[in-house]
Amino acid sequence: MERVIVCVKPVPDPKVWDRLRMDPVTKTLIREGIPSVINPLDRHALEAALAIKDVSGAEVVLLSMAPRDARPVLREALAMGADRAVLLSDKAFAGSDTLATALILTEAIRRIGPFDLICCGNYTLDGSTAQVPSQIAEFLGIPNIMHVAHMELEQDKRMVVTQKIEQGYVKLAAEPPLLLSFTKKANKPRFLSFLEILAAEKREISTWTNTDLNLDESRIGLGGSPTKMADMLLREKGRQGLRLEGSPEEIAHQLANKIRQLGFI
Amino acid sequence: MGEPQIWVFIEQRRNVVHDVGLELLGKARELANTGGARVAALLLGDGVLPLADTLISFGADIVLVADHPALEPYRLLPYTQVLAEACRTRQPDIMLFGATSLGVELAPRLAARLKTGLSAHCIDLQLDADGHLLQMVPGWGGGVVATIKTPEHRPQMATVMPGVMQKPQPAPRSGQVIPLTPSEDLDLSGPRVLEVHREEPQELPLETAEVVVAGGFGVGSPEGWKLLEELARLLGGAVGATRPPVDEGWASEEQMIGQSGKTVRPRLYIGVGISGMSHHVVGMDEAEFVVAINTDPKAAIFEVADLAIVGDQREIIPLLLDELRGRVKVS
Repeated sequence: MERVIVCVKPVPDPKVWDRLRMDPVTKTLIREGIPSVINPLDRHALEAALAIKDVSGAEVVLLSMAPRDARPVLREALAMGADRAVLLSDKAFAGSDTLATALILTEAIRRIGPFDLICCGNYTLDGSTAQVPSQIAEFLGIPNIMHVAHMELEQDKRMVVTQKIEQGYVKLAAEPPLLLSFTKKANKPRFLSFLEILAAEKREISTWTNTDLNLDESRIGLGGSPTKMADMLLREKGRQGLRLEGSPEEIAHQLANKIRQLGFI
Repeated sequence: MGEPQIWVFIEQRRNVVHDVGLELLGKARELANTGGARVAALLLGDGVLPLADTLISFGADIVLVADHPALEPYRLLPYTQVLAEACRTRQPDIMLFGATSLGVELAPRLAARLKTGLSAHCIDLQLDADGHLLQMVPGWGGGVVATIKTPEHRPQMATVMPGVMQKPQPAPRSGQVIPLTPSEDLDLSGPRVLEVHREEPQELPLETAEVVVAGGFGVGSPEGWKLLEELARLLGGAVGATRPPVDEGWASEEQMIGQSGKTVRPRLYIGVGISGMSHHVVGMDEAEFVVAINTDPKAAIFEVADLAIVGDQREIIPLLLDELRGRVKVS
């Protein structure tokens, strides 16, 4: 393979989420003072790309749409072994929903040039929509597979991809060009020494704005997004302390519903 | 086209309907009754036609059926194509998907093809005064809830977490079954399915498990302990313990949670027969959602629980396992 593109997203460090506050007027979250980290599943996407680089010498390109202060996060990903990084940063991109975000990332991928594979994390910790990868693949007109638990390279760039589903696994035969969304089962991201992180301090990051992408502003940002946020409410922390009573059947039924509602079945 | 239509994608694998599709039919029925719309169920697969009557009994006015050998097993590209063609021809107002592994892959791809908005993992849906779909989505690990609208683009699309909406009671109703004929040039170029392997989820290390089922002395016996293991396996989680089950030999030392054991931060913790002494609680109070089951209504564990269940786990857990495995099957 010749080129693998890895989409990475800096997300607020989940360890300090309880410090998140909402601006009561603008209904936006105040991110100030909340450090960013690389979205955890994006490390697995990067590891998959680096494993391909190890066997085929493919160029690994990082792509991220984020504010400019996210550069340290990209440098850490560069330190893991990526060849170069492209940061998309422009006020015109702000407020983009998944469709508009996918459009921006797609245009940047076209500008990066031909590729064999695009690797993404299966979801991000902040928005958690998990929608952008499928939408990039659709805009590029290439197939995609989510929930990747294993990837095996065969001859002639062919791959066998294992997809985790509720009922077990699906094994799929796939060929580039392709987009894959990785789960943490897929691999173990490589360990970084402090010296390697330091060495990446000076690495260049290309920053592209919409002047480079030249997208119609009516299709991107807050205004170009089909979905609009009408309201946002902060949920109370602390335990709910709800009591569940009734017959064992009734209790089991309600508890099963709750478990499904939390997304575990 | 007449009245606006609310569409529900019906997920089926091997002709077994996923409950979430039926739950969404219930919600769609409720929205349709307030907004004067019709509910259509979208059913894709091979030999799925016999399922149509079930979908009508759960609230569909119309069942749009694409019955074609290439639509079993599920593949992303042909499914996207069939749904996109149906949407372009029939112009639904709203389209709902279950937020399952299949739904979260298919819905965004379809939304991008139709260039419309899609919200993810909704926990509630309502209609506003103008008939727009209000989509409530959780964010930041559930710390906030945003209300999303798709004011101009159609269909208004949303995925909904399984179990959020109440599955309606099936009732004798009449409805219309309309076949969808997939186009001749069905896109079969994407990944090919080599094998669908069904298996029970494996056990995970306690510290990284998203679900922890923990047991205390109240579990009572090795047989009781097996039920916890079964529940954890079903939920893709791990089994933890307080000190007494380790001393009794039901659990291993490595499974102990608390001051002298491990600290867990699962998204879901289910404590069974645990009194809730603080040396256990310090090891689990970072859990996102805590369920406690105990026969003693005064058990301290209830103080740190989101959901407190006073009852006998020997009765509740077997019933819970049945509930969690419950699916509607084609006869």
